[in-house]
Amino acid sequence: MASIKFQNVKKQYGSKDKVIQVIRDLTVNIDDGEFVVVVGPSGCGKSTLLRMVAGLEEISGGTISIDSQVVNDLEPAERDIAMVFQNYALYPHMSIFENMSYGLKIAKLPKDEIRRRVEKVSEILEITPYLQRKPGALSGGQRQRVAMGRAIVREPKVFLFDEPLSNLDAKLRAQTRLEIQKLHRELGITSLFVTHDQVEAMTLAERMIVLNAGMVEQFGTPDEVYHKPASAFVASFMGSPPMNLLTDMPGIMSGEIMGIRPEHLDIGNTGWDVSVEAIEMLGAERLVYCKWGSNQLIVRVHADDISIAVGARLFIKPREDKLHRFDQATGKRIG
Amino acid sequence: MVERKSGLTWLSHIVLIVGVLCVAMPIYITIIASTQTAEELARAAPMSLLPGGHFLDTYRLALLGGKTSTGGVIVPAWPMMKVSLIMALIIAVGKIAISLLSAFAIVYFRFPFRNVVFWMIFVTLMLPVEVRIAPTYEVIASLGMLNSYAGLTIPLIASATATFLFRQFFLTVPDELVEAARMDGAGPMRFFWDVLLPLSKTSIAALFVIQFIYGWNQYLWPLLVTTSEDMYPVVMGIRRLISTETLTDWNVVMANVLLAMIPPMIIIMLMQKWFVKGLVDSEK
Repeated sequence: MASIKFQNVKKQYGSKDKVIQVIRDLTVNIDDGEFVVVVGPSGCGKSTLLRMVAGLEEISGGTISIDSQVVNDLEPAERDIAMVFQNYALYPHMSIFENMSYGLKIAKLPKDEIRRRVEKVSEILEITPYLQRKPGALSGGQRQRVAMGRAIVREPKVFLFDEPLSNLDAKLRAQTRLEIQKLHRELGITSLFVTHDQVEAMTLAERMIVLNAGMVEQFGTPDEVYHKPASAFVASFMGSPPMNLLTDMPGIMSGEIMGIRPEHLDIGNTGWDVSVEAIEMLGAERLVYCKWGSNQLIVRVHADDISIAVGARLFIKPREDKLHRFDQATGKRIG
Repeated sequence: MVERKSGLTWLSHIVLIVGVLCVAMPIYITIIASTQTAEELARAAPMSLLPGGHFLDTYRLALLGGKTSTGGVIVPAWPMMKVSLIMALIIAVGKIAISLLSAFAIVYFRFPFRNVVFWMIFVTLMLPVEVRIAPTYEVIASLGMLNSYAGLTIPLIASATATFLFRQFFLTVPDELVEAARMDGAGPMRFFWDVLLPLSKTSIAALFVIQFIYGWNQYLWPLLVTTSEDMYPVVMGIRRLISTETLTDWNVVMANVLLAMIPPMIIIMLMQKWFVKGLVDSEK
């Protein structure tokens, strides 16, 4: 078990005249045993960050330490970490048992110890019946378990997950999410989990790093990130549907963005005068898309509330204590 | 064909039958000729297309050597087939080993002039043995490798085709596999042995077949570098049986031809399944 420290970490590609900054000056401390999710839109550098911890990408500047040992110049295998890849990266010609034990075999562990570990882990993951099969004979979900099993048998200090659920169907994804949570509780190993899916991030994370264009927008618990977003970007990225961001209307100071979540808007007799443009039925609730001046606005209402029709005029009232204010120039939170 | 017209079916069958006859006829004639005696073959102007009764005699003579009824001396094919076999095996295995390693270097290592090296190998595709035969002979002769297996095989071992084929295959191996191996602590050679080699086995099998036949059929090169009879491969032996001055024992020549065809045939039959697999799909 270990903590991970990022100290002014930078990553850039290209030579002098054409430098592409992927990670700009990232400083973050991840505590021992914590489950941290790195989330952000595609191209924000989240996978690069993970691969730098893994040792698959060089670090252009700054240091990464695992367990207070700087690992910048260590080979992946020397860092005592294990990684679950997006496409699982199982060796197609080896049986599941061989796949899981390959790393241990190279580390020259005694045979009976390898067997003991693989059997224990495959029992936890319920893949014991498949140990003699090849990966090609397994389903996507089973392969995913094997990939996790291969990571777990190494008993590493840190787990790295690179979007491991993105190739699973929705049902299996939800199920595996719960399993990963359970495993983390049991094993208590520091984990870094990369995803672009905010639901995954919210449900799995103890703390999450919201990354945008190589910069940390916010590092906090899912609660903090959702209820107190540090910037307009975080506010619009987390939550489905995203937070309404409003500008240039009476009641909003110029140079400011006002944010309010769709569930914090009430329909009443007074308030903002909006027109309904579209309605979406989601089962337990409806989303009402409204136009308020030049702003697009989404209101979340109960599904039974059928009095609203497209084209109607409504008055909506925000809950004052749920309003967020962001600086229009920097996007940072003001209050 | 998508259409199912009977006329078309007939036509395609006729084309196929003609094709098969074209290929099979010479082999049939070879077999028939080897069952007759040299006199019968010389006397009948169009030779008989029915098998004669001297099958065993001819093959015994061809394999083990001896005197013919006309007084000619036949060199036994047996030792020559051994030479051919050893030569073809060394060439096939050597080519595969060298090209596997060079493709591995080109695909997985970043070194200066990597692309230059690759293109240099690629350019040698345009220079088969026949083109560079005189300088190669000079080198082999100066190194004292005439009349040896080394001289017979080494100049033929370097192979751009095989290197290129393996390079293309390695490029299809997902990067994540390499990364997974690195995380597992496998060094480059370990990765090569444990992951890359098993994954390439179908390509290796296909190449082995092709290169074995290539090696087995070598004629011009052995003709140059061998002067002692115990280093003649069987393909050369066939040519030596055809004499220009005295009467040629065509039955023995034909028997030799068939004998020379057998080992490549066995290789193809044994590895047929792998061969097709290696050429058709790239298993991942």
